[in-house]
Amino acid sequence: MTTKLDSLIIADRTFQSRLLLGTGKFSSMASMRSALEGARTELVTVALRRVDLNQPQDDMLTVISPDQYCILPNTSGARNAEEAIRLAQLARATGVSNWIKLEVIPDARYLLPDGHETLKAADALVKDGFVVLPYIQADPLLAKQLEAVGCATVMPLASPIGSNQGVQTEAMLRIIIEQATVPVVVDAGLGKPSEAARVMELGADAVLVNTAIATAPDPEAYAMAFRLATQAGRLAYTSGMPRVGQIASASSPTTGTLTQFLHD
Amino acid sequence: MTSVFHHHADVAPLLIATPTSADIDAMYSATHWSLTDMPALLDPRVDLEWLAQTAHTHTVQRFGYTMQLFAPLYLSNLCYNQCTYCGFSMEHEYPRKTLSMAELQLELGVLHRQGFRHVLLLTGEAPGSVDADYIAEAVRLAKQTFDSVGVEVQPLSQPEYATLIQAGADSLTLYQETYHKDTYLNHHLRGKKRRYDWRLTAVESGCAAGFYRINVGALLGLYDWRYEALCLSAHLARLQHRYGSIQFGVSFPRIQGMFGEYTVDYPVSDADLVRLITAFRLVFPDIGITLSTREPAQLRDHLIPLGITTLSAASKTNPGGYSGQDTEVQFDISDARSVQAIDALLRSKGYCPVYTDWS
Repeated sequence: MTTKLDSLIIADRTFQSRLLLGTGKFSSMASMRSALEGARTELVTVALRRVDLNQPQDDMLTVISPDQYCILPNTSGARNAEEAIRLAQLARATGVSNWIKLEVIPDARYLLPDGHETLKAADALVKDGFVVLPYIQADPLLAKQLEAVGCATVMPLASPIGSNQGVQTEAMLRIIIEQATVPVVVDAGLGKPSEAARVMELGADAVLVNTAIATAPDPEAYAMAFRLATQAGRLAYTSGMPRVGQIASASSPTTGTLTQFLHD
Repeated sequence: MTSVFHHHADVAPLLIATPTSADIDAMYSATHWSLTDMPALLDPRVDLEWLAQTAHTHTVQRFGYTMQLFAPLYLSNLCYNQCTYCGFSMEHEYPRKTLSMAELQLELGVLHRQGFRHVLLLTGEAPGSVDADYIAEAVRLAKQTFDSVGVEVQPLSQPEYATLIQAGADSLTLYQETYHKDTYLNHHLRGKKRRYDWRLTAVESGCAAGFYRINVGALLGLYDWRYEALCLSAHLARLQHRYGSIQFGVSFPRIQGMFGEYTVDYPVSDADLVRLITAFRLVFPDIGITLSTREPAQLRDHLIPLGITTLSAASKTNPGGYSGQDTEVQFDISDARSVQAIDALLRSKGYCPVYTDWS
């Protein structure tokens, strides 16, 4: 029986939590802190544009201590490969991490990532020694190309970021998950815990949530709900999901007792 | 340069729209709204409380519980335009002031110590002395200590805007003042500002030059606010469609007191202002909306949750104002509260003040 939750391994690090959190949109640092606790997350992404990694007394770093969390700087704000590479280098120069969540977003309205520029930046950053976790559209071919240049994960979106629209890209996510040899972190668009459970059941390795938790009436409770849903989905996936049948099947079958009766 | 915005073709369908009661009802059941819904959303039959709550929800989803703070910094009140409503208008006789770089350094220092990391540099229009080179020098100086430097200056050419971007400017603010051309000419009597089309196309020169953020708007009080709103929304929709990578923003400045007397021809009530902000939020869920200290404190407090994403605080509208120089202001501000007071207010309302959102 598989009752133990397995660990998530990204690059050379092992995590017990499969719920990653973003740090935007919270109403206060206290609210963010309680959400991080509710989520029991280990991997937290921060926008370089919002946090000064050089200043340990920065508001955000006092809450997300690098001793307690694996801080994943992101390149939010970059519109092309060149800007993303520059931001990544700034992040690494602070000494906090050589991990980078690569976001290249030239679309100011729907905030959709640019696959071409992301691949270009990922290739350059991996060669430069970064551990690269790219945020992408649910594009199976792009996911394989990113894997081929050495990305540590792929992070396809479930629906447009911040939209809480849930799992709109399921058919493509299935293909990405099936073909991936690196962890697949479903990032963006998940609004409800059931949606996190859904993609975990499909075999995603982790989920990243921000807007849904940060803007919930009780971020701590909602983060906890996402944690439990992520665990439930993972356990369902690793323990094996029963087949989906086309016709009804009684949970207390009568065939065995009937056969016995006829035999007697 | 020809504008992507074809005033008549783009605005006429909105102006002639006469929303029926069914159109009004349809607003309440929609989950998203488009440009063609703007006439209905601006209709007084649409419940203001519903607009306010819906705008709040959509703003929180997109921007979270955060509020960007910035300070305006006036570089010069020298101006060779004659504009009926403006304190810098050339016919007003008072000593004009253009900050030297040393004086600008003092101003920046005051704002930096107050905690600001976003600054907006403004000027009158005085080509020859307050030109693109001067503004670029000011941007370079500001960029040494500020994360984000915006400019709100006279319309410039695309190469001139490129110079400012190269110097470190990331945002451009350029209001059309009024989209009603006859009214525009009645208020901009002399100087380069009389050129309506040059102003309109300059926004696109800024887009083409590569600003990261661009703010457009109309000065409320010059003409009918619904007309301005319909034109602004059509203009914005065109710009978004053509320049998808730029983060657009709007502002709804109402004319305030200034040097001399001025009577507002088309007053805009507080309720009208709420309707404007919330209707724009519904049709454009992704745009920034700025609220300045032109508006009184109590009103600002109430407007904060309704769609606003960016607030100015503790502003001075005269060059040298922060470092104690006694020069003439462009207009009187209404909310004189300190940065600390605004910061505390935001926190008490469940908002996280953001000073840095750029690097």
